[in-house]
Order: sequence, then C-alpha cells, then structure tokens
Amino acid sequence: MLKRGLAIITLLIIGYWLAQGLAGVPFGQDKMLVGQYYLDHVKEQTGSVNAVTAVVVNYRGFDTLGEVTVLFIASTGVGALLWERKKRRTAKTEGSIVLTTGTRLLVPFVILFGAYIFIHGHLTPGGGFPGGATIATAFLLLYMAFTMYEIPHKAFEKTEGLVGMGYVIVGLIGLAIGGYFLFDWIWQTWGWGHDNIGRLFSGGFIPIIYTIIGLKVGTELSGIIDNMLKEEVSE
Amino acid sequence: MSVPHISAFYFGAIALVLIGLYAILVKKNILKMLIGLSIMETGVNLLLVSIGYISGRSAPILSEGIGPNQAVDPIPQALVLTAIVIGVATTAMALSAVIVLYKRYGTLNIEEIRRLRG
Repeated sequence: MLKRGLAIITLLIIGYWLAQGLAGVPFGQDKMLVGQYYLDHVKEQTGSVNAVTAVVVNYRGFDTLGEVTVLFIASTGVGALLWERKKRRTAKTEGSIVLTTGTRLLVPFVILFGAYIFIHGHLTPGGGFPGGATIATAFLLLYMAFTMYEIPHKAFEKTEGLVGMGYVIVGLIGLAIGGYFLFDWIWQTWGWGHDNIGRLFSGGFIPIIYTIIGLKVGTELSGIIDNMLKEEVSE
Repeated sequence: MSVPHISAFYFGAIALVLIGLYAILVKKNILKMLIGLSIMETGVNLLLVSIGYISGRSAPILSEGIGPNQAVDPIPQALVLTAIVIGVATTAMALSAVIVLYKRYGTLNIEEIRRLRG
C-alpha cells in the first residue's frame, strides 16, 4: 500500500513536470524548421512523393542502415538467448479447420500485400518496415495453423545475408558515382523517372532500398517468431 | 503552483506514459512490467507525432492538390517509424530474456527471482 502511494505521488510529480514542459509547445501550429526544406525539395531531389519515405531512405539513409543493424542484432540476440542444443516445435494441437483452411487461402495474399506495401513505399504510406512485418505475419499464421511447420531456415538465412550486403552495395555504388555513401545514383546520375513522378517507376533507388529492407525485416521477424515458438526437447 | 494549460492530445500521450510508468513501478510480474514499458513507448511515440501535427494540413504525401505548404512535418513521422521498429526489436529481446528467466526460476515474480539469487 505504501509502495503504491509512493508510486502515485512520483507519477503525479512526473506528470506535472511533463505537462509544464509541454505547456510551451502549442499543438497543431506550424513549427517546421528542417521539415519545410524537405517538403519543398523532395520531388526534384528524390522523385518520391511521400516525404516521410524520402526522409527515411534518402536524407537519412545511413540512419536506416543503422536501424536495420539494430534489428539484426536484436534477432541474433533472441537466437542467442533462446539457444538450445536440441530444439523442436512441441505444439500439441493442430489448428482448427477454419484456421488451417483460412491460412492456406490467405498466406499468398498476405505475402503479396506485404510486397505491395514495400514496393510502393515512395507513393503510398508504408515502406520496408511495415511491409516486412506484414510478411512475417504470414509466417506467424502458418506457425499457428500447422503444428509441425518450420520456415526454410537455410533459404531465409541466405536471403537475410544477401539483402544486408545489397544495402551496403547500393550505398557503395553511390559512393563510387556521386562521392558519398548512399548517393541516389539512379535518380541523380541516370535520371530515371524524371518525367513520371508519382508513377511506380520513379523515386530513384527508394523502391530498391525498400525491397531490400522489406525482405530483411520479413526474414528477421520470421526468425524471431521461429525462435520463440521452439522448445527444448530431451532425447 | 499553477495548473499548466496543455492540449488534450498531449494530455493523452502523458497519460499513456504515466500508466506505463505506474505498471513498471508497482507490478511484480515481469510480463506486466514489459507491457507497461510498451504502453510507455506508445505514449512517447504519440507525443512525438502530435508535436509534428499542424491543424488543417494533410499527410506529407505530395499528390494531387497537396503542395509543400499543405502537408505536416515529415520528420517526426520518420523518426517515430524508426522508434517503433527499434521498440519491437527490444521488446522481442526482453521477452526472450523473460522466457529464459522463467525456465531457470519457474516464476515470473520479480521479488522471488531476486530472493532465489540470494
């Protein structure tokens, strides 16, 4: 009881402090400093109509590379924490007929939808991370429906490594052509898509980078799901 | 001590942060503490997105009819996108640590785990 009271008092103090700090930040008013530059120049500099995507991939592509690295380290960490010599899925009940039939029907479409999200990242809300997460939900469905299902580990590990290298290679090609890492060589040097901004084949290397990120996030999250669902078996 | 005037949107974000913090401070079950941490994270993300909002403007996708002066600030949204992904990754890490703890001690109660350690 005392602990609870102390906690509530602490919360009230912190809440008052936060509110005091935010009282000077008006809601819904224009306080853009850097954002306005991005909005003004996003179309001619990157060919993307979605400014958020342009910030994530073009203006701050290096941060995104770090983010993908953090995700990779986390998925490796999950694997290391849950490592056992002998691991297998020990689910005991098969999914109901609704779940199994629905899964058979839906999985290709869920994967297709994930691919749609990351390919159209420069045009619509979305991009590599939500697309990859959508693809991982398809594999989660398979895991829930079928007791003995396992993802194809070798293919997934190879894909993950290849797309990870692909991101760095795209960045290095930019370094060779334009002089800095992750230079958008397709848009700036080759000029692809200058005439059709807003169509699928515009946006420079954003679709390529987002396909890479989508595949990497999808494989990594599927790997995390796989690690969490397996249990140690003693033989 | 005067009562600060803040927008209802900020109030919601602060409330989420405080609810999460309460769970972290009071609960003894590790899983509940982790849920509290996730709620707190949601509050922080909501706060960041709402700071970038400008009334009357639309999402920063410059399609027909939406010029550079009709869109909200894209930077908070891009940063929150990053934060959400990192949050998912760290939550997965923490959950697998909880699985290991449960296997070793057979309990999720944080005080018992502390006592068993000696």
